[in-house]
Amino acid sequence: MHKYASPKFFYSLAGQLIPWTAAVTVVLLLAGLYLGLFVAPADYQQGESYRIMFVHVPAAWMSMFIYVLMAGAGAVALVWNIKLAEIFASSCAPIGASFTFLALATGSLWGKPMWGTWWAWDARLTSELILFFLYIGYMALQASIDDPRRAARAAAILALVGVVNIPVIHFSVEWWNTLHQPASVSKIGTPSIHPSMIAPLLLMAFAFTFYFVAVVLLRMRNEILERERHTTWVTDMLESKP
Amino acid sequence: MNWAEFFAMGGYGQYVWGSYGLAALILILNLYLPLRRRKTVQRLLREFLRLKEQTR
Repeated sequence: MHKYASPKFFYSLAGQLIPWTAAVTVVLLLAGLYLGLFVAPADYQQGESYRIMFVHVPAAWMSMFIYVLMAGAGAVALVWNIKLAEIFASSCAPIGASFTFLALATGSLWGKPMWGTWWAWDARLTSELILFFLYIGYMALQASIDDPRRAARAAAILALVGVVNIPVIHFSVEWWNTLHQPASVSKIGTPSIHPSMIAPLLLMAFAFTFYFVAVVLLRMRNEILERERHTTWVTDMLESKP
Repeated sequence: MNWAEFFAMGGYGQYVWGSYGLAALILILNLYLPLRRRKTVQRLLREFLRLKEQTR
C-alpha cells in the first residue's frame, strides 16, 4: 500500500496507464456515438432532440461522481495525511467543474426546444448550478492559500460540507415538483427506456469515465512533478531525458 | 441515408450539434491544457536545474 501511494511510484504507474485508458475511451466513444446518432431511433415524443441525452446525462453523472470522489479523497487526505489523495482531489476539481458546465449547458440547449426556455429556477437545475459554484469555490480557495498542504486541507473541508448537495441533486426530481423529468435509468421496476437508447447512453457514460481517469492521471503527474521538484528522482529524471 | 436529413436532426440540428460540439470542446480542452502544462513544468524545472548548476 505504501509503495502505491508513493508519488514516485505513482508517477510511473500513471504514465503506463494513460495510453490504455485513452485507447479504451476512444473505442467506447466511437461505439457510443455510432449507436447514439445512427442506430437509436427517434423518440416518439421528442423526435431527434432527445439525442442530446447521450452527452447531457453522462456529463451530469460525471459531475456528481467526480465530486464524491474529490470529497472522499479530501477526507482520506485529512485523516491519514496521504499526499497522493490531496493531489488526486485537487486534480479532480477542474475536470468536475467542466463536466458540470457541460451538463448545465447541454441541459439548456435541450430545454429551449422542449420546455420553451433556456433556464428555470427548478430544484434540479438550481442544485446542479450550486454544484458548479462548489467546484469554483473549491478551486478559488485552494488557489488563495500558498502552502499546498494547508490549501488542500481547507479545500477538503469545503468539499465535505458541499457533499450534502449531492443527494439533493439526485432526489430533487422526487422531492419537488420540477420541470426536469424524473430519472429513467435508475428507476426500479418497470424499465422506462428502450435498450436501443440505453446502450449508447451507458457506452457514453463509460467513455466519459475512462476519459476522466486518463485526464486526471495527466493532471496528477503534473502536480507530482511540481510538488516533488526538489527530490532527487525528479531531478535525475529531468537530466536523463533531455 | 440522407446526410442533409441527418444534419438537420428533424429541425433540432442547432441544439443537438451545439450540444455535441460543446462536449467535444470540453473534452479537447481538458486534454490539451494538462499536456501544455506538462511541457511548461518540465521546461521550468530544467531551467531551474541549469541555473542551480551554474551557481555551484
